[in-house]
Amino acid sequence: MIIRGDEPEQLRLLRKLYKPGNYFMQGNEAVAYGALFAGCRFYAGYPITPSSEIAETMARELPKLHGYYLQMEDEIGSIAAMVGASWTGFKVMTATSGPGFSLMQENLGYAVMTETPLVLVDVQRSGPSTGQATKGAQGDFFQARWGTHGDHPIVAVSPVSVEDAFWETIRAFNIAEKLRSPVVVLFDGVIAHTREQMRIPDVSEVEITYRKLPKNEEEAKLPFGGALVPPMPLFGHGYFTHVTGSTHKENGLRDVYTQEVHDRLVRRIHKKIEEHEEEIQKWEEYFTDDMDILIVSWGVSARPSLGAVLKARDDGIKAGLFVPKTVHPFPGKRIRELSKKVRVILVPEMNLGQLILEVQRYVNDDVLLKGVNKIGGVPLRVEEILREIRGVA
Amino acid sequence: MAVKIYSKYDKVKYLRKEALPTALCPGCGGGTVLNAFANALDELKIDPKDIVVVSGIGCSAWIASPHFLADTLHTTHGRAIAFATGVKVGLPDKKVVVISGDGDLASIGGNHLLHAARRNIDITVILVNNFIYGMTGGQVAPTTPFGAITTTSPYRNIEHPLQISETVAAAGASYVARWTTAHVYQLIASIKKALQVKGFSLVEVISQCPVQYGRRNKMKEPAEMLRWFLKNSVPVSKAKKMPPEELEGKFIIGEIVSRQRPEFTEEINKLIKEVAERYGLGDDDAD
Repeated sequence: MIIRGDEPEQLRLLRKLYKPGNYFMQGNEAVAYGALFAGCRFYAGYPITPSSEIAETMARELPKLHGYYLQMEDEIGSIAAMVGASWTGFKVMTATSGPGFSLMQENLGYAVMTETPLVLVDVQRSGPSTGQATKGAQGDFFQARWGTHGDHPIVAVSPVSVEDAFWETIRAFNIAEKLRSPVVVLFDGVIAHTREQMRIPDVSEVEITYRKLPKNEEEAKLPFGGALVPPMPLFGHGYFTHVTGSTHKENGLRDVYTQEVHDRLVRRIHKKIEEHEEEIQKWEEYFTDDMDILIVSWGVSARPSLGAVLKARDDGIKAGLFVPKTVHPFPGKRIRELSKKVRVILVPEMNLGQLILEVQRYVNDDVLLKGVNKIGGVPLRVEEILREIRGVA
Repeated sequence: MAVKIYSKYDKVKYLRKEALPTALCPGCGGGTVLNAFANALDELKIDPKDIVVVSGIGCSAWIASPHFLADTLHTTHGRAIAFATGVKVGLPDKKVVVISGDGDLASIGGNHLLHAARRNIDITVILVNNFIYGMTGGQVAPTTPFGAITTTSPYRNIEHPLQISETVAAAGASYVARWTTAHVYQLIASIKKALQVKGFSLVEVISQCPVQYGRRNKMKEPAEMLRWFLKNSVPVSKAKKMPPEELEGKFIIGEIVSRQRPEFTEEINKLIKEVAERYGLGDDDAD
């Protein structure tokens, strides 16, 4: 099974509704179509700029696919409804932006603790607080990582273009389903509202996965143990599954007093991400075989970064580019390897320095590490990054 | 010890034995609510496999979760109804029941309560109102009577309690009733009715917390609290004829509202069919 419900019918509908070919599409729409292709049939959300087109597209398209769009009373209710629906077997998604992402943090932790697959799209906008509601930013890098309380792992992916948004959303669903874990799509208001060409594939080109279900009653008795990623005994099958955000034993029953029970549970939740790190991590490299200066950039800022690297190379400056598509868990090992080849690392991003702190953990002191930062809702320009490259060349 | 106590209880088949005994204090009204719920299911012959119980945080969230033997979702503080909304959309043929307290559902979760009633989604909420945050140490709640003493209103409560049932009825629920733990048979009858109603149903149960509320308000014994409920209960029909000042401090009991309104999951599934017809998405014209 790859989608809850009648699978051949779902594939028939996808083919009928979305003909393969090139489309002129907005980033937010691409996220929504990615979700539909991935098998998402439940969306609960609350409108917020600059993410609302995702909700609007889902509200229009989901009913055509026998799917459910719910507009909840707030963002807290949205992620709560998603968790409830995920336990009935739906692939679920919501989209929001900074203020709504803040409100969702408590139940994001609940999803981590109860190992509930869900996809949460954060279309980053300029903050803190209400900030510049209509302007894009990249200020939620660490909120995605550490926004909810307590020790927890998180997976976050970050697309760099409209077409990439389609595929990265599908990848987010596949990771969420495979590892029974929430996955964050760290999108941004700039690409979200950019229109560019993207290709809608045929459904046969899209590989999608569905969570592991218990094969029998015996397996269903251990929803939270017995395997690194335990099968998920969905509600409504007579398993009498108990799900709680409190520390629980392998059978799901609460035990908040035994140190070993908490240790075993939380370490396993970490381990299931760690053990799959290589599979989860994805990045792009440009000219990294032969370089003196490395640019590390993500999301929208990776685009002018590539422009700057190309221009620098025209000038004979040996610059290379590293773009993490999976930002959490951060592909630091590769950064460590690449840092040994260069004198300087520049980190362009639309914040006052967040990704750079993650890069710093993997780089020796003898490498000059410098941020190229811009805030205020206007993306970095090629010239601005090129100037910094020339300055250190 | 515990084995002997529950093995004599004829509704034990509805309970998770490995989760017993419950964490409820001696004299708590929670046991009465659990018993009433089990009796209602038994009388209706509902298979626990056809139920999902959702609860939030606090003593009353513990009444059925994890003790009740069904699929149980024990959620974050205040959000049980929002979680239940997702469950119900996924399993429209199952009974989705939320059992939780006044602080959980009417204070931090008040918004979800109102909007679920407005949406009229087919969820049954059993809201146990003991006027207090019990588990956390007896702090004042939005349901605490005016003038009452609590750990965070040590001199007197200067706020007025929310009339939960009337508020939920106004928001659009199909069925709303209020009883106290001193009205067990009426309570069972209302829970049965709530479970059968198509639409949002709320049964508010005024319940005793002798440990955190009673002993600070001159009702140390559970029985004293039950006598207080009985003495101050006014049936809905009588309350309608009474002026508001006379109703101050009273508990209005009975059915507040019982009506038919379009239900959310039925509407959303109807909408999906309409959309399929509008775009010609049916099997017949498959290409």
